[in-house]
Order: sequence, then structure tokens, then C-alpha cells
Amino acid sequence: MTWYEALPLLILASSLIPGIIIFNLPEERRGLRTTLNLAGAAIKLVFIGFMLWGVARGEQYEFRYSILPGLELVLHADALAMLFVTLSAALWFLTTVYAVGYLEGSPHRSRFFGFFSLCVTATVGVAMAGNLFTFFFFYELLTLSTYPLVVHRGTQSSMRAGQVYLAYTLTGGAVLLTGVVWLYGLLGRVEFAPGGVASVLVPAYTDQLRMVFLLLIAGVGVKAAVVPLHGWLPQAMVAPAPVSALLHAVAVVKAGAFGVVRVVYEVFGVELAQSLGLLMPLAVMACITIIWGSFRALWQDDLKRRLAFSTISQVSYIVLGVALYGPIGTVGALAHLVHQGLMKITLFFCAGNFAETLGVHKVSEMNGAGRRMPLTMAAFSVGAVGMMGMPLTAGYVSKHYLSEGAAAANVPWAAWVLLLSSALNAAYFLPILYRAWFRSADGTWPHEHVKRRGWKETSVLLLFPPLISGVAVVVVAVFADHSWSPLAWAKLIADRQYLSSVP
Amino acid sequence: MIDPLAWLILLPLTWAAIAFLLGPTRGGRIAQAGIALQLVLALWIATEVAGGSSRQHAAGGWRAPLGIELLADGLSAIMLLLAQAVALPLALYARAYFTDHPAGIRHFWPLAGFLLAAMNALFLSADVFNLYVTLELVGLAAVGLVASDSTAKSVAAALRYLFATLVGSGAYLLGVALLYGTYGTVSLSELAPLVEDAAPYATLLAAGLMVAGLMLKTALFPFHFWLPPAHGGAPSPVSALLSALVIKASFYLVVRLWLGLLMPVAPPAAAQLVGMLGTAAIVWGSVMALRQPRLKMLIAYSTVAQIGYLFLFFPLATHTAPDAAQSALQGAAMQAVSHGLAKAAMFGAAGVVILSTGHDQVARLGGITSRLPLTVFTLALSGVTLMGLPPSGGFIAKWLLIDGAISSGQWWWVIAMIAGGLLTAAYVFKILRHAFLEKEQSATFRRLPRMLEWPAFALALASLAIGLRASDLLRVLGAP
Amino acid sequence: MLFALTGIVLFAGGIAGMILQSHLLRKIMAFNIFGSGAFLVLVGLGQRDGQIDPVPQAMVLTGIVVSVAATALALALARRLLNLTGEMRFPREGPDD
Repeated sequence: MTWYEALPLLILASSLIPGIIIFNLPEERRGLRTTLNLAGAAIKLVFIGFMLWGVARGEQYEFRYSILPGLELVLHADALAMLFVTLSAALWFLTTVYAVGYLEGSPHRSRFFGFFSLCVTATVGVAMAGNLFTFFFFYELLTLSTYPLVVHRGTQSSMRAGQVYLAYTLTGGAVLLTGVVWLYGLLGRVEFAPGGVASVLVPAYTDQLRMVFLLLIAGVGVKAAVVPLHGWLPQAMVAPAPVSALLHAVAVVKAGAFGVVRVVYEVFGVELAQSLGLLMPLAVMACITIIWGSFRALWQDDLKRRLAFSTISQVSYIVLGVALYGPIGTVGALAHLVHQGLMKITLFFCAGNFAETLGVHKVSEMNGAGRRMPLTMAAFSVGAVGMMGMPLTAGYVSKHYLSEGAAAANVPWAAWVLLLSSALNAAYFLPILYRAWFRSADGTWPHEHVKRRGWKETSVLLLFPPLISGVAVVVVAVFADHSWSPLAWAKLIADRQYLSSVP
Repeated sequence: MIDPLAWLILLPLTWAAIAFLLGPTRGGRIAQAGIALQLVLALWIATEVAGGSSRQHAAGGWRAPLGIELLADGLSAIMLLLAQAVALPLALYARAYFTDHPAGIRHFWPLAGFLLAAMNALFLSADVFNLYVTLELVGLAAVGLVASDSTAKSVAAALRYLFATLVGSGAYLLGVALLYGTYGTVSLSELAPLVEDAAPYATLLAAGLMVAGLMLKTALFPFHFWLPPAHGGAPSPVSALLSALVIKASFYLVVRLWLGLLMPVAPPAAAQLVGMLGTAAIVWGSVMALRQPRLKMLIAYSTVAQIGYLFLFFPLATHTAPDAAQSALQGAAMQAVSHGLAKAAMFGAAGVVILSTGHDQVARLGGITSRLPLTVFTLALSGVTLMGLPPSGGFIAKWLLIDGAISSGQWWWVIAMIAGGLLTAAYVFKILRHAFLEKEQSATFRRLPRMLEWPAFALALASLAIGLRASDLLRVLGAP
Repeated sequence: MLFALTGIVLFAGGIAGMILQSHLLRKIMAFNIFGSGAFLVLVGLGQRDGQIDPVPQAMVLTGIVVSVAATALALALARRLLNLTGEMRFPREGPDD
């Protein structure tokens, strides 16, 4: 096995092997478990660094394994894969640090971190999948490894949430499988390639192609929480905050959105999708989701549920960008994949901090939170204004491209939808900011677990991750023109999907 | 001198007899050694068959059609491998189980040995009459095993099973008689070219009888009534053997007959009917499984459902394009193997729960995740195979069957399979949900012998591993 | 041919008896009847141009042996059930079944 074949496997192994070891560790071996966790996350980043360096120099990293004659598991490092893999690994590192702090003293941590590692392994596998079969393989593994995290607390409400989660994701998976097998039957093999591979089937199989598209999008759309397949996400909020952070910024939701990207660009090809008239319905569904998610968020008092509906809305920005025919829309979608991840994880980390430190779960309890926890609240504010699309934040960059892309694709009403969504975002975020900064706390906090010690308003492990991701939200915007920014990357990928080049 | 075919039958017979004489404890050790040897033989045969040749052996030197010939081709080799591969961990499991819970040990090893001998002989038989004999023997040994703990319930279940199996093989025998009367031979290889689609009425009747009889023995809906009491009520090692292996023996026989003999005579409508019954089995079995308060009955009804998947092979392989038919056969083989491994693991895990907590009420499984983590993991892994999710063998089987359905244009079976997967998930996660609950619901958690949990886990792991090595298995199948 | 037809009649009757009778001993007897029916068919159809074909006779002998074993098992189980439940019938379906 050459280094070029081994590296993708090593990236998978860097979370799989620690995960398996952690499962077997007794609860008390805290130090060893934390070391394994962080070492695994760090090693993964190192490997990904190697891979990035190699890909930049034009090297090919690919691993193939034959399952059946004609059916292979393929791990392939292309630009799109690298985008998602880097995002996942970097955010996993932060979430691991956060989770260690958050779950301090809770039971069953070995089980939690074991499944946590499996979850990331599955996500990274989804990212590096080189064909539709491998994508499906790791996609279902993701469902299986996230279920124990959702039901981790073992209470009746987490069980119920887990049941809803499974009902949605397994059904979605079954629909996806049908589409995948169908397409494999038509094409023989479905490797991901910029510009898509399905155009050979036109015109004989046009109707079948449309059905397959519907099945595939429906299948990935469940995880991407596109309306009406979004019902599982708000329910899943009963899970501990690190799980919500991981699910909503990195793993499940992004995997769904990533699936939409892969299907439209690298299975069908955007030109084919446009010619079959598939992009417009997709754009409509995305817009409905954007509005509906933002609207529902207004009425939620529970902070995490408000963020959940915000996620439903924001992930469909990505779907919208994909559905806007034209490189600018694509750039917006791909950039938002990264940017929304950074912003949302910041918000969830902060929400978790408020819950853990002060016992604050509801917006109505957040009066004066800014005074008590200024650093956390600052990070939250950065994330919130990013969601609104304020300049100098990541959200502004992607929203800008998405609006321009809407104009370029002759879908001007999409730009209005984006505008409306920004307004709604403001409507449900600004009150939180107002309460936290400008109102003073009424009485004591619901349950102050952690006392303030100087500038350490809460445990260090809980404090630093949101600060780091908050800073990142600003950095990727300020340095958006730099050749290593997510935006530049997005342009690179978008360039390959179209026959003309990107401005 | 050492012909593996003959030894695969003689070896278990020998250790069964020795076990009978020596008694349970020493008998168990001999059995383990014997099965290990059998596994080696089965692997030997499988590698030879994968290399492209089938093996034949004429018992006593008498050739067909007068003598009994043994034949190992791709399909037989796979079934032989499955039987020995499941039997070995189960032997380890059974030894540990009966050390803790001696009811039923007295006749377990001899009966298990006879069962294995009969099954191996079944997989190796090449004429329809010998298939009848071995089929009966498998049935009788299985019935004996069901009754082995001598409670009123298990004896009643065993009798019900016995009657069902006797009617089934009786119908089969009548079919054999009709075939012999029409064609003058019972050897499969000689009969095959003689049976064409303009066959006399007697052949059609024979075909119908044989298939119906075998459907009864394989507990296909609506002939499944005897299975849940028998599999659910027997001691766990016995349930594992029955659900994993015995069921597959009669299924193998239907497939063998269908492919080798009856397909020219079979109208496509008949194949579709079998498929419908399979779908009904999937739905009915899964719904009933969901309603069971006891874990072992749930698993038994799950077997009823999973058998339905196996029978989807028939509409997909009959009068369809060759690549669709091939996908169907490969899918059915993968399903048989994966289900065998996973079901054995599941019943093993259920046995652990029963020994540890003294009950198997699903609603009272709370808290076992902390006490018996390996067993819960076993249940989860076997559940993954049953649901047909990656990376398991069950997933590969599902893929192949769906592929067969789509390429033969029979997309309605896809709906059946998808629905089946979701229904399976419903009852698998019902078990896991209760297991994950924090509150301990059982009064006691006894300490268990160490070897008890590992064989079941190994079986569950194997059902996953087979998914990654599917191409090896299918290479054995593809041989002539 | 006469043998074969008789065999079929016995077979059908035996199966019906096995399903419809509820007394265990009668079920076992019905089993023997339909088994014999199958054997008769085998022997009856095995006559070719007046010459006796030995192969089906051998098969029937084997079948009889198997049938005896099965009957013995059935009787033993029925007897055990009688000892355990006091009845020669299948017990009523309990709430668990």
C-alpha cells in the first residue's frame, strides 16, 4: 500500500482507533481518555495538513476497496472533499475540548466519546467518499453513530427524540438507497466527477433521471433538514450541547448539505440539472425552508430550539446556492458551508456555556448575561451578527455571493428571500443581544454551577472553543481575499463545475 | 483417503455417538474439537470450489443412479461453511450456557451432532430422494432439540413442529414419488434436462407439492405458525441453531430444486405468488415482533420476517434477465449467511440476558447497558445486519436484491424491501431503546461465565465482516 | 396404477386427518397413513411394463425406516406431554404464545 493510498485510511483511523479503545476504557480513566481524544483529533489535523499540502502540489490520494465485482469503496481527496474534511476535523478538535469540559462528572463518558469518535470517522468518510456507494455507506454509518449520542442521557425525552431522529433518518436513508441502486443500475458505476457523470443517459432515460434526482435529494434532504423533512432537528436538541454543536455545525446537517452539493454538481452536473429543470424546484424548496425556519425561530423561547430552527433556515442557504445556476451562487453555497459551520458552532458552544454555568436555557432568562459572562456573550454576538449578515463577518461574505448569484441566475426573488431572512434573523437575535447586554439580571441565575473566577467566567475548556471559533468567524471574512481562505477555495471548486470560469 | 465430503457427515455422527456415551461435560469438549475439524474441512472444500471445480464423491463406490452421490458445488460449499462457522461459536456458547443452566444438557450434544451430520448430508446430496431422507433427519433432530428441556411448553412446541415438518416432508416425498414415476430417476443431474416446460401434469403436481412442503418446513407465511413457539420457547443455544441453520436447510433445498429442476415448469405467476407470500411474511413477522413482550419471541418473529426476504429470490430469478437472476441468487446467498450469523448472535445475546437477569421481558431491559455492555453491543451489531445497514452483510444482500429487482423491472419488490428494513429497524431499536434506559429494571444481575458473551459477539462481528469480504463469498458461489 | 391412485387417496386423507383431528394419537396415526400413501405411490408408479423396478422398493424401505423413527419420536413426545399435562391434546394457547 502506497502512501497515497494509505493517507485517506489514516485520516479515518485517527478517530476510529481511539474510539474503539475509548469504548473499552473504564469510566475512571479520565486522563487517558482525554489524551486519546485530543491526540486523535490533533493527529487527524496533521494528516489532513499533509493531504492539503500534497493536493496543492497536484498529488493524487485515493484508496479503493472492492466490495463486490463492479462495486468499490473509494476514498478520494478532491478539492470539495478537502473543504469538508478540513472543516470537520478542525471543528471536531474544538468540540472535543468543549465536550471534555461540558461532560465533566457525567456518567458514561467512555461510551459518549467512543460514539463521538465513530461519528467523526463517519463524517470524514462522507467527506472523502469518491463515489455514490461510498457516500451512502458512510452516510448510514453516520446515522448509526449519532443515535447513541442523541439518546445519551437515557431519559424518556431523549429516547423519544431518538425515536423521531431514527424515523426520519432511516427513512431518508432508505429513499437514498433506492436512488443510489437505481442510478448504479443505469450507469454501472457512479464516481464523483466535476461536471457530473449522468449526462450520458440523456435523452433515453430523462424521466428516470428526474425520479432518481428526487430520490437522492429527498434522501440527503432529511439530514440537511429541508422542509418538510426537518422535523427531527428541533427534537434532537435534548442532547447535550456538544452533540448539538457537532450535529448542527459539522456532522449530520453538513453531511446532508454536502450530499446535495455532490449530487447536483458531481453526479448530475449542474449543466444537466439545469437542462432537466431540476434546479428551480430545489431553489423553491430551499427558499421555503429559509423562511419557515427563520419564522419558527421567532417563537421559540428555549435558546437551543431557537438556534435549531435558525440552523434549518441557514443550511438551506447552501441548498439555495447550489440551486442557483451560475458560478457565483455555487461559490456562495460552498463558502457558506464553512462559514455557517463556524458561526453555528460558536452559537451552540455559547448556548451550552449559559446552560452549564448559569442554568440558563431560555431566552427570557438571559437578562444581564453579558455582564456575568462577557467573553461568551461577545462570541455569541459575533456569531449572531454573522447570521444576520453584518459586514466583517463570515455571514456577510457568503450572503453577498448568494444574492449576486441569485441575480446572475435570473432568480431575483431569491435575493428578496435572503433579505427577508436577514431581517428575521435580526428579529430573533437582536432581542437576545439586547437582553444580555443592556438589561440587568433580575434576581439570581436559575442554577449557578460554576462561579466566576476573575476573567474566567466559566471553565477554561468551555470558554476557549467559542472564543476561537468566534474569532475565526471574523478572520475568514477579513481575509476572504487571501488565497487560503474558504472563499478562495470555494471559487476553485466552483470553477471546475462549470464550462466557463469564475470572475 | 480423506474425502472431505464424506468426513463432513461422518465426523459429527461420530462425536455425537461418543458424546452420547461419555455424557455432557466431556461430550461438549469432543463436540468442540469435532466442529473445529469440520470447519477446516468446509474451508478446504470452499477454496477448492472457488477455484472452479466441484467435488464429487460416491458413497461406497456406488455411482448414481443406484448409489448415493455427494456433490459440493458453489451453493453447497457456502451453506456448509455457514453451518460449521455458526456451529463452532455456538458450541463454545452452549458449553458455557449449560454449565450455568443445566436443564436440557443431557441430550444436547448428541442431538446437535446428529443435526449437523444431517445438515451437512443435506447440503451435499445430489438426488431428490436422499434429500428427502436428510431433510427428515434434520427435522427429527431439530424437534428433539426443541423438546430437550422437557417442559410442557417446549414439548408441546416440539410436537407442533414435528407435525408441521412431517406434513412438509410428506408432501415432498409424494413429489419425489411422482417425479420418479414420470422420469424414472431421482438424480438431480439426470432429471434436469428431462424437465421442460411442456411437462406432464404429474410433474406440475410434483413441483407444487415439493415447493409447498418445503415452504411449510421453512415457515414461510402463512405456514409459519409452528416457528415462534419452537424457536422462542427452546433453550437459547437451541433457538440459535434452529433460526440460524435449520431454516436455511429447507430454504437451500427449495432454491436447489427451483434452479436445478423446476424453473422450466414454473409459471411466472407462481414465482410472483411466492414473492407476495415473502412480502406478507416480512410485514406480518415484523408487526408481530413489535408486539412481543418477550425478547426471545420477538427474535423468533423476526426470523419469520427475515425468511420473507429470502423468498423474494424467486420472483427475481425466474424468467428474468441473467444478470438480474444472478444478483438475486447472490443476494439470497448473502442474506442467508448474514442472517444466520446475526440471528445466532441475537439468540445468544438473549440467552445471556436470561441467565443474567432471570427474565427476558423487553420492557424491563433497562440498565443492562452498564452491566452487560458487550451483550448490548452484540444486539446492536446483529440488529445492523438485520436492518440491512452498512457495513454489514445484510446491507450487501439488500443491495444485490434491490439491484436484481430494478434490473428485472420488478420495482414493487424494492418497496417491500425498503419497508421491511424500516420495520426491522422499529423492533431492533425497540430493544435498544429499552436497553439504553438508565433505570435498572431487573432485580438481579448474576455473574456469568466469561465465555458466555464472547461467542455471540464474535458471531455478530462476523455478520458485519462478511459485508466487507462479500466478494470472496460470492466467488465461491459463482463456481459451477 | 391402482396402487398409485390408492396412495394418493390415502395421502390426502392422512393429511386431512392430521390437520383436523385434535387427539395426538390420532394425528400420529394420520401421519402413518399419509406416509404409507406416499410409499404406495412410489411403488405403484415404479412398475414398468409389468417388470418390477427395484429402486423405488429400496427407497420405500428407507422411507419406512425414517417413518418408524419419526413415529417413535412423536409417540415419545406425546407420552411426555401426557405426563406433564395429563392430556393427549395440545394445550390451550396461553397469553404468552
